[in-house]
Amino acid sequence: MSAIAAGPPRPDSPDSEPAVPGPATGPGDTGRSAVRSLLRLWPYVRPVRARLFTAALVAIVASCLGLVIPLILKWLVDGPIADRDADGVWLGGALLLTVGVLEALLFGLRRWLVARPLAGVEAAMRADLFRHLQRLPIAFHDRWASGQLLSRATADLQLLRLFLAFPLTFLLVNGTTILVGFGVLLVQEWTLGLVLLLPVVPLVLLCSVFEARYSRAARRAQDQIGDLTTVVEESVLGIRIIKGFGRHRSQARAFRALSHRLLGTELHKARLLAGIWAVIMTLPELAIGAALVLGTVQVADGELSAGTLVAFLTTALALRWPVESIGFLLAMSNEAATATDRYFEVMDEPLPPDTLTRGGPAPSAPAAPAPAAPVPADGLRFERVVFRYPDAPPDAPPVLDGVDLHVRSGETMALVGATGSGKTTLTALIPRLHEATSGRITLDGRDVAALPRDELRSLIAVAFEEPTLFSASVRENVLMGARSPEEAGQEELARALRVAQAEEFVNALPRGVETQVGEQGLSLSGGQRQRLALARAVVGRPRFLVLDDPLSALDVHTEALVEAALREVLAETTALVVAHRPSTVLLADRVALLSRGRITAVGTHHELLASSTEYRHLMSGEQREEER
Amino acid sequence: MTATVAESPFEEEEKRDGEGGGAAAPPDPFDRDVLPAPKGASRRLLGSLLRPHRARVAVAAVLLLLQQAAVQAGPLLVAYAIDRAVPALRAGDHGPLTAVAAGYALCALSSGGLQYAFVRAAARINQSVLLELRGRIHRHGQALSVDFHDRYTSGRLISRSTTDVEALRELLDEGLQELLGVTLSVVYICATLFWLDIGLGGAALLSFVPLFLLVQNFRRRSMRVYRKRSTAIATVIVKFVETMNGIRPVQAFRRERSGDAEFGELNDRHLKVNGDSILEMARYVVSSRLVANIAVAVIVLWSAQRVATGSLELGVLAAAALYLRRLYDPIDRLGMFLNSYQSAAASLEKIAGLLAQVPSVPEPVRPRPLPERSADMPGRPVVFEGVSFAYRTGGEVLPRFDLEIPAGQTVAVVGATGAGKSTLAKLLARFYDPTEGRVLLDGTDLRDLATPELRRGVVMVTQEAFLFSGTVAENIAIGRPDASREEIERAAKAIGAHDFITALPDGYDTDVRKRGGRISAGQRQLVAFARALLADPAVLILDEATSSLDVPGERAVQQAMDTVLRGRTAMVIAHRLSTVEIADRVLVMDAGRIVEDGRPADLIAGTGRFAGLHRAWRDSLA
Repeated sequence: MSAIAAGPPRPDSPDSEPAVPGPATGPGDTGRSAVRSLLRLWPYVRPVRARLFTAALVAIVASCLGLVIPLILKWLVDGPIADRDADGVWLGGALLLTVGVLEALLFGLRRWLVARPLAGVEAAMRADLFRHLQRLPIAFHDRWASGQLLSRATADLQLLRLFLAFPLTFLLVNGTTILVGFGVLLVQEWTLGLVLLLPVVPLVLLCSVFEARYSRAARRAQDQIGDLTTVVEESVLGIRIIKGFGRHRSQARAFRALSHRLLGTELHKARLLAGIWAVIMTLPELAIGAALVLGTVQVADGELSAGTLVAFLTTALALRWPVESIGFLLAMSNEAATATDRYFEVMDEPLPPDTLTRGGPAPSAPAAPAPAAPVPADGLRFERVVFRYPDAPPDAPPVLDGVDLHVRSGETMALVGATGSGKTTLTALIPRLHEATSGRITLDGRDVAALPRDELRSLIAVAFEEPTLFSASVRENVLMGARSPEEAGQEELARALRVAQAEEFVNALPRGVETQVGEQGLSLSGGQRQRLALARAVVGRPRFLVLDDPLSALDVHTEALVEAALREVLAETTALVVAHRPSTVLLADRVALLSRGRITAVGTHHELLASSTEYRHLMSGEQREEER
Repeated sequence: MTATVAESPFEEEEKRDGEGGGAAAPPDPFDRDVLPAPKGASRRLLGSLLRPHRARVAVAAVLLLLQQAAVQAGPLLVAYAIDRAVPALRAGDHGPLTAVAAGYALCALSSGGLQYAFVRAAARINQSVLLELRGRIHRHGQALSVDFHDRYTSGRLISRSTTDVEALRELLDEGLQELLGVTLSVVYICATLFWLDIGLGGAALLSFVPLFLLVQNFRRRSMRVYRKRSTAIATVIVKFVETMNGIRPVQAFRRERSGDAEFGELNDRHLKVNGDSILEMARYVVSSRLVANIAVAVIVLWSAQRVATGSLELGVLAAAALYLRRLYDPIDRLGMFLNSYQSAAASLEKIAGLLAQVPSVPEPVRPRPLPERSADMPGRPVVFEGVSFAYRTGGEVLPRFDLEIPAGQTVAVVGATGAGKSTLAKLLARFYDPTEGRVLLDGTDLRDLATPELRRGVVMVTQEAFLFSGTVAENIAIGRPDASREEIERAAKAIGAHDFITALPDGYDTDVRKRGGRISAGQRQLVAFARALLADPAVLILDEATSSLDVPGERAVQQAMDTVLRGRTAMVIAHRLSTVEIADRVLVMDAGRIVEDGRPADLIAGTGRFAGLHRAWRDSLA
């Protein structure tokens, strides 16, 4: 049924989001806030409102038609059957048939009316979510695991579609049916009607109480399944460590403890379920039994016709489902409200403005430097750049604390610093994957904050530390970096692959550059992925190139070959290269040393080796004097 | 982590029938979802899971039989009331009415009570079965060799114990008891109708012919459309997860707009098949309801005809009308049940295939102990004796070779990617067993050592330094669970990890999965080292364990290793030559063979491969 379900729905880990906005979904405060949440769906429902309302109307008619059947039975029993009127019986049969066929067709019509439109609502919400997520800042994605986002895009949206298709309609339909049904019963014989009406209120109440308790237990079970899943994941992902240290036992113990706890919760759930089932089965049956006895007496006394009794009992039967379902429909609506909150939790996240005019020259004119004007070849400049993560505690020192750096036009600058000194963060500020907290970064004199993102990012190409390939062909993966992937030619591709020394292994792939790679395709080694990511960065011949430790996964031999080819590319661009190793540093004209959030030294490799103890330490591992 | 689970349920179809995905590549029997398993494996698995609960199953069956009997007695009592109690009352006899009243109350109460008992009994069985199944998958997954894990991939294994177990749970929880209830009620009702009147029973039975055909037809069609839908949603999910995980390149290379378009296309494809599947369901529900309603109308008409002519009693007509309604009520839900049944069957097959795998690195039947370690020499000698290794699926990795490593020696293994360095290390760690020959630790075949003994002997630190959820201290203590805090800290200090750990928000008690507890790849490797140090093994294997460290980090580790490794036997694999400096001996590997073997200084002074590599590396430092 739920091929969609992306694994068991994971509970939100409490730390996935600093503060949960909107209504909490604790027990008790459901009611109004749930309605308010669900009302937010209106913009998506609006386009299909006509069909949805028509479908509800059709369902009400169909459901009420179902209530007509007992009346026909009554008429049959008291009329033609009692009178031994064969033609009358035929007429009754024909009526029954017509009503039955109509009922079935109308219910079918309802489903047909909403099937595609509601699938459309689901798809539209998913597309919106995707669009929004693609444009949210990296800082947001750092906070949110992709699994969390995925469950919103799949399980939650599916739940919302189901809500629109069933609970929303059937709360209305069943409510109406109950009212009409009891109206019919009371009109026919109010005493018997009252007897049947008796269990309705306790039943609805009990069902609602049950649903509240049950959903609490169900949530607990979900949490425990989540914990269990964590152990499962870890014992699979960490299998080499578990085996390496012979730790099956402790892992198995943790697993056993968690799975027994889950068993306990599941049995508790079953107890609740068994209880409500018993109530649902017993209460109405008792009422029907009472009505039967009373009715029989009345029939015997001649106060009631036999047909009315039959009609009564069949109507009571027909009303059971609408009454019983109320509790579960409400529960589903509550779940849908939670799903809506979760969806909008992401959608409410504001998109950053395209340009930040922060002390910029002309806030009113975003396209300040006319494209035709000659661009001063100033290179890349950092001026007093400060950065702290938006979610960092206020007393934590900023990651970057006043960086000043000038990479001259056409120059290659290596960026060196200890682990955790903020090198990667610094590179992320240039294409504005993160926004600098203060200070200015300029490309050929233009403030990056004043450039539209799209334009800015067309000037810069980045190869990230973690090389990500997408499920597409090698060609598509590399050409992502081209200014317009559609136009870039075979030549560009070949050149980029040559620079990254990827030609050889790409040609050896089953279908060459057309081979599918990534999640859905061939899996490549870390070094191969890194080389493709490098090819992606250089394919568009960008004005500015940012390489984050681009050769870390390569073996000594390949590294030397890539370096040689990369030199040609670096000669033509302005580049900033994060480096951990002397061999990478040697690609650069000059080196900048990042230390405690600032650039503390700039110079050639040999100059710095001579002048900076910290640099010497980073490059050769020699201990600094002050430490020993 | 979450993403792994999320992605896992759907890698199946695509891999094989997605156009061009991985085109040729020789088929690896482990690289797929449904592993080869003997015929009837899933049925046997189910049987073995249920067998211990035979008694409970029997009790539950009896409970269900009684409960359905109580439920289905209602309309009979109605018939009795109309046909017998009314005339009796008119004749002044209250007996039958009292009987009806008592009978109905009894049925109502006992049906509720029995239902309660049945639901609980069934839940007990279901949950015990699931508990056992989860445990079995987990145990089996842990017992299977690293070789298997390498190829079956973590995503698949995780989805076996999550998604697939979940599918089974859904079936057991929501489907199975309902199906049993429905089947039983159909049998009871048909039998009762037959008993009331042969004609009525026959007519009801006859109506099941078109219903059966409908169900069959629905099953066939829905299977097709549901498979299409799950493929469609899988592509949507892959695109989604991939984009979110690769959001940096997506934004940096301005792929948002083309991403929207590509996602839109996949989303629309899903929209269409999703609509198809909903309509398929609608079709089934409508046509089955149509058949049911027509059957009710026809049977009632016919009975009414007969009541009118006097060949049937009125009460029987009333009972029939009530029964028929109950008879056809559950057919809608049958459609849903069929879906969950199909997915559960598929899941069970995958699980059975996994459980049918035989661990290729089994525990010894009669384990042997290692000889006592001498006090002044923590290391133990290692001998590879006529060892060769090939994957079970073919493809020789290491041709036959001999190798002796004396106790206390540190051996560095170098060579290009794919030269067989890691395989050598995995043989020594007994992640794999050799195809031929033996690996001896202190004279004892590794295959004769029980796991705890083996791991006191050999510990391997790999490149992927995985951290388990829990605190930093707990992660280090994996090396030796009974270690005190002092010992943990001493290990961390020795390896140079103490400083960064104390700088974390809660020091050693920082939860590694909590925000703010973010630990870099290099730091994770330091934790992995501390872990290995704490384990205090006789033989330590480092498989590219310093690759994520920067030069100072690597240096610090090497210095620590110098003291830590003293007297211990060690095998160090590195693609960076700096590591070699701490080695007593260097092995150069190429295409599965050891091509050079000697002291580092001798090799460097020579003219071989290693001398060349080393010179190039030296130059880069100048």
